[in-house]
Amino acid sequence: MVFDDTLAKSIKHIKHHNMFKIESKDVHLHYGSFHALKGINMSIEKNTVTALIGPSGCGKSTFLRLFNRMNDLIDDVRIEGKCLIDGKDIYSKEVKIDDLRKRVGMVFQKPNPFPKTIFENVAYGLRVNGISHKSFIEERVERSLKQAALWDEVKDKLKKSAMALSGGQQQRLCIARALAIEPSVLLMDEPASALDPISTAKIEELIYELKNDFTIIIVTHNMQQAGRISDTTAFFYLGELVEVDNTKKIFTNPNDTRTQNYITGRFG
Amino acid sequence: MTKLDISRKRLAEAIAFWIFRLLSLCVMGILFSILGFILYKGIHVVNWDFISKMPEDGMTKGGIYPAIIGTLCLIAGSMIFAFPIGVMSGIYINEYTKDSWYRRFVQLMTANLAGIPSIVFGLFGMSLFVNKLGFGDSILAGSLTLGLLALPVIIRTTEEALKSVDDGYRQASLALGATKLQTIRRVTLPVALPNIITGFILSIGRVSGETAPILFTVAAYFLPKLPSSIHDQVMALPYHLYVISTSGTNINESRGMAYGTAVVLILIVLILNLIANGVRRYLGKKYKTH
Repeated sequence: MVFDDTLAKSIKHIKHHNMFKIESKDVHLHYGSFHALKGINMSIEKNTVTALIGPSGCGKSTFLRLFNRMNDLIDDVRIEGKCLIDGKDIYSKEVKIDDLRKRVGMVFQKPNPFPKTIFENVAYGLRVNGISHKSFIEERVERSLKQAALWDEVKDKLKKSAMALSGGQQQRLCIARALAIEPSVLLMDEPASALDPISTAKIEELIYELKNDFTIIIVTHNMQQAGRISDTTAFFYLGELVEVDNTKKIFTNPNDTRTQNYITGRFG
Repeated sequence: MTKLDISRKRLAEAIAFWIFRLLSLCVMGILFSILGFILYKGIHVVNWDFISKMPEDGMTKGGIYPAIIGTLCLIAGSMIFAFPIGVMSGIYINEYTKDSWYRRFVQLMTANLAGIPSIVFGLFGMSLFVNKLGFGDSILAGSLTLGLLALPVIIRTTEEALKSVDDGYRQASLALGATKLQTIRRVTLPVALPNIITGFILSIGRVSGETAPILFTVAAYFLPKLPSSIHDQVMALPYHLYVISTSGTNINESRGMAYGTAVVLILIVLILNLIANGVRRYLGKKYKTH
């Protein structure tokens, strides 16, 4: 049954494409003469949390920033290979960077709300994308703040400066700000590393909730955090993707000794 | 370390700090003695008639009203021209050029522009604006010349102000799908604005006191009427001061008026600085970053 066989194969092929939200295919990245990413292949399923771990300078943040093209801001950067979101190459010429960044939100390590009011921070992404309908913006701001579990704390001071919030609140505000433009992917670059343990716990809970609506990739230095919140964990070392697997598997029975050494704290 | 070593260390520290303290007091002393001297000599001349009347009797009597108006016109004219261009150049250098030989070249040229003696600007303004472009001796020609002089200060401070804006703001804005221009207009520039205004203050100080650039481009020796358009000549305070101190009809008789003129010039700069500082504080509060 040759015919059926090819049919089955192509059906599998289509399925394969529908299954993954994000894919990187043999991605190499150079900063000048520095080879920062060495042929990364990874596929990420929709509505999952993927943790990127590894010692400082291993390329995990660089890998994260591939998907909203933040690496493009750096002078002298060269990218080869393919990065796909929903099966489409995000580095192709037809893709406008600002359109891509609307679909792929990002939360940074240091909380970086704008020196504007709480309301204007969340409304910012809507405004720069040409939305000016007042009640629409108000609704969206409220919804985003609720999604980020911040609404109850700030609903009476939306017109106050975001700078008056605590670090943890600022970070949740940054998450609300990213959610307001309804991305489908959320990139988080060590979002809790500058926060106290209580704020960290809140952010972790939040990530767990957000998984229902978003595909999340998170860089973290905190092994326990990766273990608690992620479905898949990827270990990077010296620009290589050493191992990517089910989080449980990585933390209990990794294939590679380097992974084993890293998660047990022998280096990094 | 022995006890002796420690006490010697302390002594050296105390001596060093006293030297620093004395020297900074010296600087303040010089400043205050200049101000005090001018105020002492000139303040009794300054009254309502002095600032609201035309000069009379070969500039030995009357007031300096037209020179005050002239100087205000020149400050306004030069800033209208230089502030937007300077700020936009600063934005271009810091936000749009990469850190390359090209950026360094532009920066070097700007620094060189700042080092050109003001009399050379005067000559340049005369040959370009007054003669070549046919503006004649006019507020227009004088403002453009003074504006050129102020440009490097404004460009430099704008650059520095933008450089000190946390890169996190830019990244956050871009990551939300904002374009570079939106990011500059909505985030970077408002945050940098208080410091940009510092450049504005500095250049007002510089522009209002310059004599050489206006000498051949706008300043009138004696013109007891107000300008009716930007194509008119005007009197200006620094030039008026120069004239009545060195080549007036009766230098000794107009000596008091010269000090009075200096007092008024200083007061104008002071008042403009206070206003600009107020704006700076207001903006600083509005876009407080910490």
